[in-house]
Parts: sequence; C-alpha cells; structure tokens
Amino acid sequence: MTGPGAGGAASRNEKGEAVMADDKDHEVVLRLTDLVKTFPGVRALDGVQLEVRAGEVHCLLGQNGAGKSTLIKVLSGVHRPDSGTVEWLGEPVAFSNPQAAMKAGIATIYQELDLVDDLTVAENVFLGHEPRRLGFIRRGAMADRTRDILGSLGHEEIPARRMVHALQAAGKQVVSMARALSQEARLLIMDEPSAVLAHDEVENLFRIIRRLTARGIAVIYISHRLDEIREIGDRVTVLKDGRTTASNLSAAQTPTSELVSRMTGRTIEYVFPPRPEPVAREELLRVRDLSRAGEFRDVSLSVAAGEIVGIAGLVGSGRSELLETIYGARRPDTGTVELAGKALRPGSVGSAVRAGMGMAPEERKSQALLLGEPIYRNMTLATFTGLARLGFTNARRERAESDRIAGSLDLRPLDVRRPVGTLSGGNQQKVVVGRWLLGDTRLLLLDEPTRGVDVGARAELYRVIRGLAAEGVGVLLVSSEVPEVLGLSDRVLVMREGRVVHEAPSTEIDEDTVLDLVMAGSLMEGAPA
Amino acid sequence: MTLSEGTGLKAPAQPGPEPALPGGRKRPWAGESGESVTRNLVLVGVLAALIVIGAITQPELYGNSTWVWTNVLSILQLASVVGVVTVGMTFVIIGGGIDLSVGAIVALAGVWSTTLATQSYGAAGMIFTAIVVGVAVGLVNGVLISYGRLVPFIATLAMLVAARGLAAAISGKQTQISSNTFINGIASTKILGIPVLVYILGAVAVAGWILLNRTTFGRRTVAVGGNPEAARLAGINVKRHTMFLYGLSGLCCGIAAVMLTSQATSAQAAMGNLYELDAIAAAIIGGTLLSGGRGTIVGSILGVLIFATITNLFAINGLSTEAQNMVKGGIIVAAVLVQQFRFKSVTQFFARNRITSST
Repeated sequence: MTGPGAGGAASRNEKGEAVMADDKDHEVVLRLTDLVKTFPGVRALDGVQLEVRAGEVHCLLGQNGAGKSTLIKVLSGVHRPDSGTVEWLGEPVAFSNPQAAMKAGIATIYQELDLVDDLTVAENVFLGHEPRRLGFIRRGAMADRTRDILGSLGHEEIPARRMVHALQAAGKQVVSMARALSQEARLLIMDEPSAVLAHDEVENLFRIIRRLTARGIAVIYISHRLDEIREIGDRVTVLKDGRTTASNLSAAQTPTSELVSRMTGRTIEYVFPPRPEPVAREELLRVRDLSRAGEFRDVSLSVAAGEIVGIAGLVGSGRSELLETIYGARRPDTGTVELAGKALRPGSVGSAVRAGMGMAPEERKSQALLLGEPIYRNMTLATFTGLARLGFTNARRERAESDRIAGSLDLRPLDVRRPVGTLSGGNQQKVVVGRWLLGDTRLLLLDEPTRGVDVGARAELYRVIRGLAAEGVGVLLVSSEVPEVLGLSDRVLVMREGRVVHEAPSTEIDEDTVLDLVMAGSLMEGAPA
Repeated sequence: MTLSEGTGLKAPAQPGPEPALPGGRKRPWAGESGESVTRNLVLVGVLAALIVIGAITQPELYGNSTWVWTNVLSILQLASVVGVVTVGMTFVIIGGGIDLSVGAIVALAGVWSTTLATQSYGAAGMIFTAIVVGVAVGLVNGVLISYGRLVPFIATLAMLVAARGLAAAISGKQTQISSNTFINGIASTKILGIPVLVYILGAVAVAGWILLNRTTFGRRTVAVGGNPEAARLAGINVKRHTMFLYGLSGLCCGIAAVMLTSQATSAQAAMGNLYELDAIAAAIIGGTLLSGGRGTIVGSILGVLIFATITNLFAINGLSTEAQNMVKGGIIVAAVLVQQFRFKSVTQFFARNRITSST
C-alpha cells in the first residue's frame, strides 16, 4: 500500500469505497511525500506518506517504534527530514526549529505537557508571545484573551489567573490547547492525549476536538485505543517500521482485523537464533503478589534457570516499574521476590545484585552508563569491587576481563579504554549487557534491550541473550516490540494496566493475539467485528 | 600568551591510544583521561606565567635566588591549609555535592581542640579531637544529605552557620592560645629546608590522588557523581557513599584545623573564614565539574597554587587585596568559561587566532 495510491487525495480503502471523496470544501493543509529520516544505525522514517485536510481528525496508528514520534518531531520542527517533502498549505516547507513550526501554525501537544507549573494559566497560554505595550506585559488583556479562548473551548470555568500546578491533568491539557489556539494554530498534533485522562475526561476532550475541527482546524490524533479512534477520527494512516502501510482508511468503517494486520507483518528482519528444545528446569525467580500503588497489582510470576520469559505490554502498563521493583530499585507495597529460594530485601538493589541479579534498564544513557568514563569502567561498574584487592582497584584485570567480554560481544570499536559515550547505541547496549556477563549473574532483567539499536547489533544481542540462557541464566525481558518478545522468549506474559492478563508458551501464541491482548479493552470492545 | 603554552601541546585526541595494554601504559599519572592531563598542563602554564609576571614586575627580587626560594616556600605554605581542605572538597564535588561548611568545620575543630580541657591531653589529644570533630560534623552533613534528603547546598549552609555558632559558644568568642609546643612547632619546623605544613599538604594530596584513582572508594565517587542512577542500579550504595564523602571532607577540615592552629598558635571562632569559597574556586579552576563525575586532585592542587601565587604576586608588588580579589573573581569566571566551551574548542580558538595574527 505504499504505492501510488497512498498520498492521493481520495484514496480507497480495502472495500473500494472512496473515503472523503466528496470533501471538496476541505482543502489539504498538510501533505508529506516519501519522508525519510535516519539516525545512526536506524532508519526511523522510511518513506512516509501522509495527507491531512482542514477540519478533519486524522489518526496515526502504529506499534511502538513504527516511527510515530519521529514523524511528530519532524512536523513540529525538532528534527529535519533527510529527504522527502513536507507541503504545508500548498507550499513546501522546512522548519528549522519548533518555533518556526509554531509560527507557521502547527502546534504539538506532547504526552508530557510542556507547561510551566509555576506560572498562571494566562501566562502559559501566551508564553513567548505575550501581548505587550512599551515592553510591559498587558496582564489584563492577556487574561481577557485567555478567558475568550478558554470559553471557545467550553472551559470558561478555568480561571485565567490560577497557577497551572493547581490544575489536574485534564485541565492542563485544555491549557495546552488554548496555547495552541492563541498562536492561531491550523494543525494540532496530539500525542496520546487520552493516556493521562480518566474516562469522562476523554469525552470532554472529544467535545473540544469537535469544536476545533468545526472551526476548520486539522488534528493529527495519535492513540493506541481503537475505540477512541473510531469515535473521534475521520481517517486513519497506519505506520509500520517507518513506512506508511495504509493511508486514508475510514476510521469508522475499517475492520479491526485490517488495522491490526497493517500494523503487524514485518518488513524489518528479526533474526532470531534457533530456539533450543525446552527442558524441565529448576525455578530461579519467584515473584509473589507484588503490588505498587498506581503501577501494578498482584503480579506473580516465575522464571526458571535457563528460561527466557518475555513481558509484552504498552508503555504505562507497569512493565518497567515491575522490572525495577523485582530488582529492588523500587520498594513494593506488598509482595515478595525470591531468588533461588532466598527472599530478597525489598527495595535494595545491593541485595538483588549480591544474590546474582542484573538489570539492563530502559534508559541506557540516564540509567546505566557513565558516558565520559571508559568502556571497561562501565563494564565493571557492578563488579570492580570484587576484582579489587584491599580496596585497591585492579584496572589491569578489569581491562583484561572487559576485553574478553567485549570480544565475545563483538563490540566495535574494540578498545575498552574509549569513553563509552563515543559508541553507537547498539554497542552501548552491549556494554550494559556485558556488565552482567562479568559477574556470576544468575538472572538478567532486560528492559527494552534493543531500543535504538540497529539491525546488526540487534541480532548480536539476541544471540548473546540466547547464549546466556543456554548457560543456565534466567532472563526476564520487557519489550514494546511484540515480535521480539515472541521470537526471543520461551514463555510470554502479557501486561495491561498493571496486571498480568495472559500467560502462554511463545510457541502457542501469535503476534496478532498478543497485540489484541495488549490493547484490549480498547481494541476489542466497541469495534465492529 | 599564557594559554598558548598549553595549546602547543596537542590534545591527545586519538581516542584509542595503544591497542593492547598491560605494559604499554605510557603515562601512569594520566589516570585514564588524557583530556584532564592536558587541562592540568594548561594550569601549569598559567602558574608559570604568573611567576614570569612576578619576575618582570620585580626583577631585583627575582635576581636574588635565596629570595626566590623563600618566596616559593611562602607560597607553598600559604597554599597548604586551603590545599588540604580543597582535597576533601574535590571529592565532594566529584561525588555530585558541595560543602559550604568547610571553613566553619575548621573553626569548630580548631576551637574544640584548643580548649583548656583538650589541651590537657597533650598534642595527641588535640589532634585526635580536631580530627574526630571534623569527621563527625562532616558525617552529620552526610546523613542530612543522604538520608534526610536535604539539598547539599542547604544542608552545608545550615552547618556553616551552626558550626561557627557552636565554635563561638565554646570559645566564648575569645582567642584560645595554644600552649602546646608540639602543635605550635608544626608550622615553624622545617625538614630539609621545607616547612612541615608543605609536607602535610603533599601527603594529603598523594593520599587523595591514590584514593581517587586507585581505590574502589574513588571509583564509586566518580560513579555516584557522574550518574547516580546508574551507580544505584549497578548495586552501589549511593547514599552511604555520599555520606562518607562528606565525612572525608570533614576529615580534611580537621587536619587543616590543626595546621591553622599551629600557624597562629591559637584558635578562634572566626578562623578559616571563607575557606569554602577558596576551596570551591580552586577545585573549579582545577577542572572539577560542578555537576559531578569529573575532576582531578592534581588540578585542584594547581588551582590552590595559582590562587596562592596571585596573592603572593599582589603582596610583593604592594597592591591591595581588593584588586587581588577582583582578579581572583575574574579567574574563576575564566575557568568556568573554559570548562563550558570545552577545552578542545578553546584550543581551536587560540590556534585560529595564531594563524590570523601570523598572516
């Protein structure tokens, strides 16, 4: 479907119905053609087509890593595309920075709302373009205009002079939208706006969006919840692996099965090593009724020695929090963690590490690495004390051991004295995983082990993870990429909204089923069969 | 002209020096980072330039070799007390913190160790008291910051006020004369023509260098300051280590208190005034990153020496301390600017200038 039809003004969906063909009065405001954006080792956008009309709600659908966030960043001027064209109001444009995009009339509302908590509503709405006279801010005029805008959104009850930190998430979202309107935005990009909202607040959000579209403002709406897309959306564009796999489908009528199949089905090669024969193994990790308020509830799971257990779930399903709690980086409200029959002290990483646990956290740079320090010191960060004698570090032995691990991981460049910050993402990840190969790690927790990792390093990491399991190390893996969870794990747990909702051997479950379960409640309910 | 001496030395930009290592360590003093060696060489250049300025402004004095030697010794002696405090401060800053209470700890340790009761236990008792008081107060800082989750700035600012208050209360705002001849003799004694205080600074600096570069304590310090979350997730007890860092700073203050008491043959609540500023400034000039994770003992000591040399330079030229303080302020700003622009870009800047000026 990336063919010539995509990007056409009135393309057809699978059933051959012309969608929005009658929409002559709604001009095309934004058209992207063959947009490409590469980062070192990763082709984040690989030919994206998108067409947005004035007054429509255009939904973007795609799995994590499909390129949605990169696309938003290109549109909002954060990134510049390598090739392809962005046509805005009929003219090709290239935004050099977010301000330029904003000026042109494209406003983006990110998931983490970027408001200044310690300023008032009005100050936030007009931040950077305050009405002024002689260099003084006209506070009265600013408040009045803020009230007008809030009124036009149906929210005159929000006081213009209230501090933003006193507002709930929903209120802040309204303020963000008011800010976009104060700048005369003609296109509003909303990244998972419903993720921070309660159910009735979502209804209100939709009401506001309808008011906006009635005024001819176009909205790009990103959400994982299919029922929302069906309710608010006009047309849908599906992204997969940085490509448009379907464009301008009808949001209301396209069957769920078709949307899901457009999102799955691979073009990226996932090269998994052959799966070994399953054998009966002794239990290594036992988690009982683990809970943390607002994050996850009553999670029980086990990992056997030599077993790879994968957890599939959306961001916000509590999967990363669960992993960090098992590791002791967060203290559970209730529940216990046992490693090889021994209970771990809750909330103590030291206790977990001494018992033989290791973790490669989700955010490599902020949670795992000392970027300015040499590779070997990063690799031995958990083991240098053990290699030391009488408190004196043994740098020579550290380097020798790191060299050995670096060689087995095919680290490039293979020089353990280089600062780790000079490595590519994939090689940095190898360093983080390599850290736990140095000690006698019995259980490895991996959170998004291949995020931002190029294909080659990915295959290498898969090989290493399987190799560890073959040596008897237990692995608990979290990934947003369903094929990765399926291809790597022996057993799969599906998490949704803080609970484990399904468990199955990975050979007995397929990608579509997992995706259904991951997004269920949204995907299944309210969707036409 | 001062910096160009450093720029002549090519920054060791090749990231991978020797491929395989064990014996091939070319510069053992370099630790692992060639960048900091280059920065320290720049500081040596600055120091040399200051001496050259001294020689130009006072040629008669510098013609006299005996005077020069005496002057060098007096600079070193001037640097010794603050130098010891700066070593502790360097650890705290590398570990991601700051200690504003060092001057106050010096005063408290000095006063406590010179009360009549303490003096009755002799020199050993006095030294013991000074060091225990220093470590204890430092650990209180550490506990407040690690386990009380106070911001280091606030916790040590509070300690600055409180410790000086306690020192004034203990001394009754009087100057306490030390009548212990051993203590008083530390500052006046020379071994091989060099004052004992300079040896003490040397010993503390060497111990500090070893601690930072060759022990697990030092490695943890860099990890805790460079990325506390990564350190924590690697199983390092970040809180406990942070507490120890402030204890270490307190230990240095205790040592400095003995040195200062010896110099003045007395102690009082106002002693060690503004040492925190001198120590922080010296560490920053020495290339210690205020956000933590990077810094060298050699750099900090060079920072202290540069400050002492400037003081000396102004003294021999009969200039006011006011002018001296303004110059010091300027140097701090310049050091931070250099840090911000990154050393490499500064070298490029000077290299470019040199080319344009020669053509």
